[in-house]
Amino acid sequence: MSMGDRVPGKLIAVEGLDGSGKSTQIYLLKRWLELEGYKIFFTEWNSSAIVKRATSKGKKRQLLTPTTFSLIHCTDFADRYERQILPLLHAGYIVLADRYVYTAFARDGVRGCDHEWVRKLYSYARPPDITFFFNVPLKVAQTRILDGRTRLKYHEAGMDMGYSADPSESFRIFQGKIYQEYRRLADEYNFVRIDATEPPDVQQIKVREIVETIIDLPRYRWRETPYPLLKQ
Amino acid sequence: MTRTKAFYGKGLPNVNLESLTGLLIAVEGADGSGRSTHINLLRDWLERRGYPTANVGLKRSSLVSRELEEAMQGNILGTRTLSLFYATDFADQLENRILPALRAGFIVLADRYIYTLMARAIVRGMEPDWIQEVYSIALIPDAVFYIAVSPEILLERNLRKHAVLDYWESGMDMDRSQNMYGSFIQYQKKIQKQFKQMQKVYGFQTVNGNRPPRGIQKELQAKIESILANGKMFPVTEKTIQVQPSDHIFDLKNG
Repeated sequence: MSMGDRVPGKLIAVEGLDGSGKSTQIYLLKRWLELEGYKIFFTEWNSSAIVKRATSKGKKRQLLTPTTFSLIHCTDFADRYERQILPLLHAGYIVLADRYVYTAFARDGVRGCDHEWVRKLYSYARPPDITFFFNVPLKVAQTRILDGRTRLKYHEAGMDMGYSADPSESFRIFQGKIYQEYRRLADEYNFVRIDATEPPDVQQIKVREIVETIIDLPRYRWRETPYPLLKQ
Repeated sequence: MTRTKAFYGKGLPNVNLESLTGLLIAVEGADGSGRSTHINLLRDWLERRGYPTANVGLKRSSLVSRELEEAMQGNILGTRTLSLFYATDFADQLENRILPALRAGFIVLADRYIYTLMARAIVRGMEPDWIQEVYSIALIPDAVFYIAVSPEILLERNLRKHAVLDYWESGMDMDRSQNMYGSFIQYQKKIQKQFKQMQKVYGFQTVNGNRPPRGIQKELQAKIESILANGKMFPVTEKTIQVQPSDHIFDLKNG
């Protein structure tokens, strides 16, 4: 199957709690790589156009159970994986993923799905070349989200788990459990930990250094520069 | 009315199997095998005798059926995505329709179950142990009947009824350069081969569908009668329950 195939491309994933700043960091990484003229593709969790409609309907009407929640996210991932991630890796791209299978491992595990079953569901997905884990103390992540928001989404707050009728309280409990899962996953899958309490630019320098060390970047340059106007 | 149910694998979280007092009967077979006709007849037969029944089938979930239908119309999804979409549809119906009906003591008649979905995925190149694991969330039915009809007769019946062959049931998504007539026969043969492999593992009963409906219905009724009579479920053997997802039970090389 595809996982054993060697591909010329490279896969970089970021993981972390909501509020860890991982999306900012991968955005900055993306900007750097594209401005430097590398072949890159960026993909986000839960964003397949076809599947997303079903997912948001399910969420809105609260039709989802832990099992269907898990399956529909795996469907979404499979669509992006089959049509974009894998073909682009074959085409020699650097693929940047804002959340990868570990998000499912963590969330579905907390929701009560069997761990082995979830891992097997995603067994077709290649492990990333680098997985960055943006590590912040639980309190910090929670404050970042809760302070900036007047409303939490139902599933985001883990309201389906029945921890608490208060969304903020439910969110705290739910995120706490996800955090525990992430810590286990970080060891199991050798995540590269980034201290996400540091200033964003400091984090970004570290991220870029690690990417440069692990990936032979010049190999991923466009043969013709896509930004002729920017060229000095 | 029944013995305690079981899942093929670890199953769904938070389900009390003891509470599932109804019966789950699955009928499998290709389009044109008479599957739906027989399910309707079984339903009449059971309801006349006072058993409450519930009907389930593929692509009927409130969660994804519409999106799934649209995606199939355009044939825009990859095989794995489509397999998982179907699995989502199945899981939704399992949790929201099948389990509640079984809890209420209904006889659930499933117009197709996981076996069709697994066969379709495998002939399209999905790994058998992967798809088996996906569907390890399924409840083991009390009986599974597979109505086997030769591809030639299926072809005749489908053309007579619709004057056109179904795109997916002809496997046209797998090779669009084929002529539909030949593709239909070949595809149905591949599916039947998978069913033969699965029969050994999942212990379902093959019913000869190459004959008039009357005899088939009588056979189905007699078999269900025996389940109802002795309150013991059909050959859901201990062996079936211990299916190991890692066992490579299917023939990967088809056709």
